[in-house]
Amino acid sequence: MDLSMRWLADYVDCKCDIKEFCAGLTMSGSKVECYEEEGDFLSNVVVGKVLSIAPHPDSDHMFVCQVDVGEDQPVQIVTGAQNVNAGDYVPTAKHKSTVLHDGKPVKITKGKLRGEESNGMLCSLAELGLTQHDFPYAIEDGIFILGDDCDRTVGKDIREAIGFNDTKVEFEITSNRPDCLSVIGLARETAATFNIPLNVKPPVFKGVEGNINDMLKVKIHNTSLCSRYMGAVVRNVKIAPSPRWMRERLRASGVRPINNLVDITNYVMLEYGRPMHAFDLRYVEGAQINVRNARAGESITTLDGEVRELSEDMLVIADAVKPVAVAGVMGGEYSGIMEDTETVVFESACFDGASVRTTAKKLGMRTDASARYEKGLDPHECYEALMRACQLVEELGAGEVINTVIDENYQNETPKSVEFDPEWINNFLGTDISEEDMREYLGRLGFEIKDGRVIAPWYRVDIGCKADIAEEVVRLYGYNNIPNTIIRGVAQAQRTPKQKFEKKLTSAALSLGLDEITTFSFISPKYFDKIKLAADSSLRNTVTITNPLGEDTSVMRTTLIPSVCEVLARNYNYRNPKAYLFEMGNEYIPTEGEVLPEEPLRMGIGVYDTKDSFDFYDIKGIVEGILETAGVYDYEIERAQEGCGFDEYTAFHPGRSAVVIAKGKAVAIFGELHPQVLENYGIGTRAYAAKLNIPELMGISDGEKVYKPLPKFPAATRDISVVCDNDTPAALIEKTIRSAVGAVLEKISLFDVYTGAQVGEGKKSVSYSVVMRSHDGTLTDEQADKAMEKAVAKLAEIGAKRR
Amino acid sequence: MKEQLLSIEARAKEELSGISDSKLLEELRVKFLGKKGEITAILKQMGKLSAEERPVIGQLANSVRADIENAISQKQAQLKAALAEKKLAAEKLDVTLPGRRGRVGRPHPLNAVMAEVEEVFLGMGFDIVEGPEVETDHYCFEALNMPKHHPARDTQDTFYINENVLLRTQTSSVQIRTMEKIKPPIRIISPGRVYRSDAVDATHSPLFHQIEGLVIDKGVTMADLKGTLELLMKRLYGDDCRIRLRPHHFPYTEPSAEVDIMCFNCHGEGCSMCKQEGYVELLGAGMVHPKVLEGCGIDPEIYSGFAFGIGLERITMGRYNINDLRLLYENDVRFLEQF
Repeated sequence: MDLSMRWLADYVDCKCDIKEFCAGLTMSGSKVECYEEEGDFLSNVVVGKVLSIAPHPDSDHMFVCQVDVGEDQPVQIVTGAQNVNAGDYVPTAKHKSTVLHDGKPVKITKGKLRGEESNGMLCSLAELGLTQHDFPYAIEDGIFILGDDCDRTVGKDIREAIGFNDTKVEFEITSNRPDCLSVIGLARETAATFNIPLNVKPPVFKGVEGNINDMLKVKIHNTSLCSRYMGAVVRNVKIAPSPRWMRERLRASGVRPINNLVDITNYVMLEYGRPMHAFDLRYVEGAQINVRNARAGESITTLDGEVRELSEDMLVIADAVKPVAVAGVMGGEYSGIMEDTETVVFESACFDGASVRTTAKKLGMRTDASARYEKGLDPHECYEALMRACQLVEELGAGEVINTVIDENYQNETPKSVEFDPEWINNFLGTDISEEDMREYLGRLGFEIKDGRVIAPWYRVDIGCKADIAEEVVRLYGYNNIPNTIIRGVAQAQRTPKQKFEKKLTSAALSLGLDEITTFSFISPKYFDKIKLAADSSLRNTVTITNPLGEDTSVMRTTLIPSVCEVLARNYNYRNPKAYLFEMGNEYIPTEGEVLPEEPLRMGIGVYDTKDSFDFYDIKGIVEGILETAGVYDYEIERAQEGCGFDEYTAFHPGRSAVVIAKGKAVAIFGELHPQVLENYGIGTRAYAAKLNIPELMGISDGEKVYKPLPKFPAATRDISVVCDNDTPAALIEKTIRSAVGAVLEKISLFDVYTGAQVGEGKKSVSYSVVMRSHDGTLTDEQADKAMEKAVAKLAEIGAKRR
Repeated sequence: MKEQLLSIEARAKEELSGISDSKLLEELRVKFLGKKGEITAILKQMGKLSAEERPVIGQLANSVRADIENAISQKQAQLKAALAEKKLAAEKLDVTLPGRRGRVGRPHPLNAVMAEVEEVFLGMGFDIVEGPEVETDHYCFEALNMPKHHPARDTQDTFYINENVLLRTQTSSVQIRTMEKIKPPIRIISPGRVYRSDAVDATHSPLFHQIEGLVIDKGVTMADLKGTLELLMKRLYGDDCRIRLRPHHFPYTEPSAEVDIMCFNCHGEGCSMCKQEGYVELLGAGMVHPKVLEGCGIDPEIYSGFAFGIGLERITMGRYNINDLRLLYENDVRFLEQF
């Protein structure tokens, strides 16, 4: 809402300066976004009178003017304009002035034009930052010749002379206060804030004799969506531009002036916050107005020239046959005010907010009118608004107003009231405001206190409970005068086991050298193809946004892998030599029969390093580190493949990826990304990824730590190397040794894997160091050797021969 | 013989002074003190001496031997020290060469600040509660006093999954879920992701984070809300930070306030960062609307409470002087490694 300070001055005499005004209203609840002095980009431009004009001696399209600018001597100015005559009053930019050129401020200084001295410039409307809507009598491509609606005192500052010196204040009005989307509403707030009188008089008009019911019939077919419909008729209308004062107020309020009748409806809307509409009675067929729902198949061409298809839930204003306006949104083009309009119907009505909002949304047209209606207006003020429109018609001499009006479906309800309970208010706010002060604040805001109840003025549609009254009191008392106190009572708080577990894993990932990332939860469905997800994968079944910003953010991710790949690719693109990344983020999995999806937490990891030899075993090491922190010690590693528990296996190199199986459940997948996936993402180096299922890990976590006594007896260590087929998994060899050695085995660790000529084609040599210890006594060499012999024998059974 | 012994001592000491190597030193020791050494040779001739001379010479020989032994061991110590010195000198390093480090990951700035805020609230007795991001219209709007077609919904452009399910626009939905489940006293914060249909630019993102707080008990006042927020801001930004409350409107609180913090840059003087206001908008807050309490089965005549919602991005950006929101979601390692 843009407020014209000049207009406001009609109703309150606010003596403070603009900064104080803005601060005061902001702190009482009407937030000022900014303010702007109209035309402040102009400087040193004054009213000039053209004394003489002669053709330029050296140019066939320029003129040399002598212009009186109120100084001792006239100034000589060269102009190229063809519409200037001696005796004209014109905006004159003097030497060292600023005007607009192509919408940007430019400096004007004296100079010579084809040898003739020019000490400034005569200005067009555009150079002043105005259009023909502001001064309809001026021409677009010529000098603005000041009419008799301007102050033509030579030398006078042009902004003052043409009324282009208002101050516009932009307010952010909250949706509960549609009454403040008006000059009078803000005048009320100003009066209450600064405790000054408000001068609003009920509008009146004289009118001419006539019975409106002979001219127009109004019937409301849907009374629940239209709580009041008032109409007035103006005949012998004289369409003309409205006077300057009205045009400049509209301009300062951001509304383009059109003609007197249309301007009156806009003026009343801005002043009273009540949308108005004007019809040309000629085009209201059957001289009847029906407020009804649109019929299937009906359409209307609105004032903006667009054809709108209507649906049956939309409320329209119709004549005997067709809709002439979409109720509360916009009028029809056909029945609008034209140059030759003779009889006008003014509509001042009250439509249901939700209905207007839905209709405007469906039609994709939010207008000044719908923005006000949708917040819910009160039907009482229809009357004031209509009276004001009629008053303005008479004031402007725009026609004759019939002295009777139509008023349909007016229900005179009792005003809203709430119990007045000063003690409760103070207890609620934590303040100590006297009852007397409360009464004073409420009085200033137009509330009445009667029989222990606070009665809200009609326009305060937002009042409904004691807390509302507390707010009214405290916003004038001053929010910042409320003391600061500490909540009473003791409270203990700690993170839940789940939160602690997640925090622990995050710390583990950080300590393993991974930087934390944060990615969007929504992705493109195309990303599933980028990670080669099978066409029938259940991960393609997504929670889908019906109104996304774009395809790239249209589905909620069912896997973290594309998010990780995306960030790896971006960093690779930025030529970052390496990226070690992880994210703790949700996946969103639709669940059959449930309204809401599941949102399991996952850890996604992504790594590439063009400077170091990071490989599969490094990513495995990271995953093992996380598992250890999670308290998951007992698990198997299997190849990642179809049916492995993670549909994302397709994103990985088939020979260099694995899943972690714990308690029979796949809880993590990791490995090198598939070359095709790397190509899809434009990553030109080997890259690695992993995904861990956090709630599943927590479910099997063995977080309890119990101290085991330190060993009393020395250990015996034996190394063993065996040669086996290349395909024999190391895990199998380890498992075999473990079972053969039995209880005395304390630790087994791999220290070498060798392939080459010495062990033969298709073979490998693996070497382990085996630590054995007994808790009952020192293990003898014989005992240790015997255990190893047993291991050798068992290994031979699986085709692994001692070297 | 006496002369012989004295001359041996003199020669031994002279030769000793020229030695700079432990091998030569050993040779010298053998030459003078060894079994076939010069002193032994002299002692072998003792038999030829008279009974009076024998003890005198014997004593002299012993003292000469002791002197030489002493001198040799001194020399030995010297040589060892010199050697150690030399080794230390040879092992000198350029201490200004860079250290060798293991990689240490960095927390994302949003999570770093989130963790800090959580710690402050845990200390003030607020539990941390989470809730679903894909949420029903009921929890996100209806129960928060925003029925269908409520105009305030326009200020929160919503992503819909279907007519009834949406991406939550605020973590206030968790308040409702909490109030439905547990009875007062309630003291919680609910941090998390929220979604609004805003195109990405320097100050907007369709996904951002909120930390919503809720306190419900008997006799909770607006002064408590003010005190809590001031305490929070002081813990986060230091004791000299100032806040101010402005009246505002949220359908789920009454009275409602917007809370501004004194501009970090100009300390209230007015500058380009705060658009000359001296304050920057920080969060929204208010006393929980009685209708919201009633809807959750809490009697507003007995209980009252307050709620507030903090934008994590806003405080994070203020904290680290980040001027473009997009950086937070781009995850460029050159950005991430600054924190």
